[in-house]
Amino acid sequence: MIVLLIYIAIFVAAYVLVKFVARKATTDYASLKTVTFGDESAVVPNRFASVISILTIFLLWAAFTGSSLVPSFLHAPGPFIGDATFTYTAEADGVAPDDATVTVRVFEVGNDAEDPVVDPGDGWAKNDVDTIGAWRSGLIRVDDNDEYGRDQGHVVTAINGTPIEPGGSVETDYGRVGMSPKGTLNFEPSKGWQMEPIWLPAPEAVLARLSEIASDGYRDSTLWEHLGYSLFRVIVGFFFGALVGIPLGYAMGLSDWFRGWFDPIVEFMRPVPPLALIPLVIIWAGIGEVGKIILLFLAALWIMAIAARSGVSGVAISKVHAAYSLGASKWQIMRHVIVPNSLPEIFTGARVAMGVCWGTVVAAELVAAEKGAGMMIMVASKFQLTDIVIMGIILIGVIGFGIDILMRYAERLLVPWKGRV
Amino acid sequence: MSGLTIENVSMRFDLPNGTSVQALKDVSLDIKEGELMSVLGPSGCGKTTLLNILAGFLAPTEGRITLNGHPVKGPDAERGMVFQQGALFEWMNVRDNVSFGPRMAGKRERDWGANVDHLLDVVGLRDFKEKAVYELSGGMQQRVALARCLANDPDVILMDEPLGALDALTREKMQGLVLRLWKETGKTIILITHSVEEALLLGERLLVMAPRPGRIHEEYRLPFADEGVGRDLREVKKNPEFGQKREEILGMIWNMEEEIMGRTEAAQ
Repeated sequence: MIVLLIYIAIFVAAYVLVKFVARKATTDYASLKTVTFGDESAVVPNRFASVISILTIFLLWAAFTGSSLVPSFLHAPGPFIGDATFTYTAEADGVAPDDATVTVRVFEVGNDAEDPVVDPGDGWAKNDVDTIGAWRSGLIRVDDNDEYGRDQGHVVTAINGTPIEPGGSVETDYGRVGMSPKGTLNFEPSKGWQMEPIWLPAPEAVLARLSEIASDGYRDSTLWEHLGYSLFRVIVGFFFGALVGIPLGYAMGLSDWFRGWFDPIVEFMRPVPPLALIPLVIIWAGIGEVGKIILLFLAALWIMAIAARSGVSGVAISKVHAAYSLGASKWQIMRHVIVPNSLPEIFTGARVAMGVCWGTVVAAELVAAEKGAGMMIMVASKFQLTDIVIMGIILIGVIGFGIDILMRYAERLLVPWKGRV
Repeated sequence: MSGLTIENVSMRFDLPNGTSVQALKDVSLDIKEGELMSVLGPSGCGKTTLLNILAGFLAPTEGRITLNGHPVKGPDAERGMVFQQGALFEWMNVRDNVSFGPRMAGKRERDWGANVDHLLDVVGLRDFKEKAVYELSGGMQQRVALARCLANDPDVILMDEPLGALDALTREKMQGLVLRLWKETGKTIILITHSVEEALLLGERLLVMAPRPGRIHEEYRLPFADEGVGRDLREVKKNPEFGQKREEILGMIWNMEEEIMGRTEAAQ
């Protein structure tokens, strides 16, 4: 909740700041428009906003994990580390109530900690010591070293002077002291606002893990092998999907018999999510490469067939008529009119298909695989290796984004007339 | 015999709702080689259907069409077509568009190169050869379409409202260009238009068609196309005879439209 509020605050503050600065600096055509609300062409992504947006995410991530990449004054309050103390008041049969102090050394998990040394103190209730890891909690049996034990009616009645009952708890400066139904105290040092590395590791931990896996590998394969296998499956699956789907789409766009024959199949298979086919493909082809490639082939096939079909349908009839009137044969019309005219649609389809394939391959690897990006994060999650999971997710995102950029680049190169006709 | 002959052509087709449409009824025409004919009529009079039949994109239900003695069976390079929107191939540059016909016929560049470059000169696009067609203005695109059609050296050029999408000034310039090309190449040209002025300027013969069923209503022989060659077309329009003919034809089409409206209202 607090994170969301900070995020909104940064969003608003950056907006006000950038608008204030930018309004004075730019004088291009768009900035002279008075009507921008509702004019879609006047809305282009504000690059300042994009940069600040990405920085904000990393800043929040770093701040709430106590990252060493940002100065410590930006850190959210961390968990309490050090010696925490609280006093308890105990009663026992036939003696006056007595106070004693508990000193708990809270240490960072992973480091060794020794019990703090304290004076036992006066009275029948003796001072206690214990150690607890940060973000953990621990039972403290304060009656163990007292002169009267539970069999003499030892009960704790107050913490720091505040009365406590079984099942209740008292907040202290160092954390929460609770009492179990049977009367045993437990201490939970305050956790602060930072995330424990097991839930969300700091950016530098993810980075360190990346370089470790990049050099040493994970699960008997290098990082590049994992990613390479995923990419290889996508490319091979997409290639065969396009190889079959595009001619199928052309046939459906050019012949009523093909259209009638394949329409029900394509229209039925298109809304079936490829993920739903994973179990069947595993039954039929196993969890090896063949199964994955069949799955991705099926994921790409329908998308490419539909893209090619609508590419053919999108040919202006006047262009076909013009070509016939210029003496072109059917084959020449196919080659010089229909195919080039359908390229923009096919590229759009290819971009969608590549995205779907990439998502499907990761999901398929989550289910079962020996190598691959999805398998890597799945296995890591089983061992609570959150840094690998996050690293894997980021890499999967970066590669998916990279594929799309490459496709867009190829599109600009091959169909420069797209959107300009 | 040379020229384009249309004999008793009728066109009738069924609609999905069970009724049928008589798009053309008993149309007969003789168009001599080198003639420039414009076709005018209210919407629904079947002029585009007639053009599509002449181009070979549609088969008439009755009658036959012969060009230079042989029957028209389908689209062919002997009948070139110019569309309202250029119908250019965006994936080719200007020169590749213009040379499309010869290239599809398997000719080599040394056979068509000079002619294509000459045509690009004629339509004033010499400096735009290598440009992509989507970078050109509407008028330039239409000039590419004209040059593309001429580069294929057809016997007949069919134009389906070729200047309809252009602005008034460009349109006037293009009308002059069409007249010049007609005179220079001696091609038979059939031009469909919505504009009475354009039909008067660009027609040795002017055909007024009437709707329901589509038929020839009136035919004129006009001197304005010959007068206009190489001259300022605004001068031609000042001719009192031009104004008189324009009013006459406008009135004729106006009446047809009124009649259609009346009939539709009566049916309701």
